[in-house]
Amino acid sequence: MTRPRFRPGQPVRVKALFPPGHCRTPFYTRGKRGRILDLVDVEPDPEERAYGRPGLPPVPVWRVVFAQHELWPDYRGPARDQVVVGIFEPWLEPLEDGG
Amino acid sequence: MRRHHDMGGLPAGPVERSEHEHAPWEKKVDAILRLLVAKKIMTLDELRRGIEELGPGAYDELSYFERWIRSIANVLLEKGVFGVHELGLAIEAAEARRAAAEACPKTVPAP
Repeated sequence: MTRPRFRPGQPVRVKALFPPGHCRTPFYTRGKRGRILDLVDVEPDPEERAYGRPGLPPVPVWRVVFAQHELWPDYRGPARDQVVVGIFEPWLEPLEDGG
Repeated sequence: MRRHHDMGGLPAGPVERSEHEHAPWEKKVDAILRLLVAKKIMTLDELRRGIEELGPGAYDELSYFERWIRSIANVLLEKGVFGVHELGLAIEAAEARRAAAEACPKTVPAP
């Protein structure tokens, strides 16, 4: 099992990757900055299992909080509006606080 | 860049919230998938990947369970669970059974 590398509250960025295959990370989050909320689970990698492979070792899945205005530059709602997205750890990279 | 199914945040009209009955064939598709997963013949991730690979045209035109059964068929073909010709013959046989049932509904029991 892969040991979780993040902690709740930590700032992260979703990698801006665009592979042609099965991705579990929504397009609208890629390259965006968020903050770790908590660990959901540690699961076999669905991006491997989608092609008939075992997806082992299992990978951590994090709930990541994004500000709506970070995801949508033209967002007009209140600044406090957020979205929580489940993201598999290989898609996340740590950011310095305030980064 | 953005794949067709990955439509989060794009305009897509209102969400259909009404409950509806499932047709018997839709329940059968669900049962087939559950069996395939329970017997470890395929995974839900393969189902999803297969649906994504239907491409923009079929993805929009097919209903929910039509996407499922198309994906299931393609994944099982990839895995060699059955062959293209075998599947073609099975579909032909199923269509013949349906035609017989419609011609004489009282004497043909449901399979």
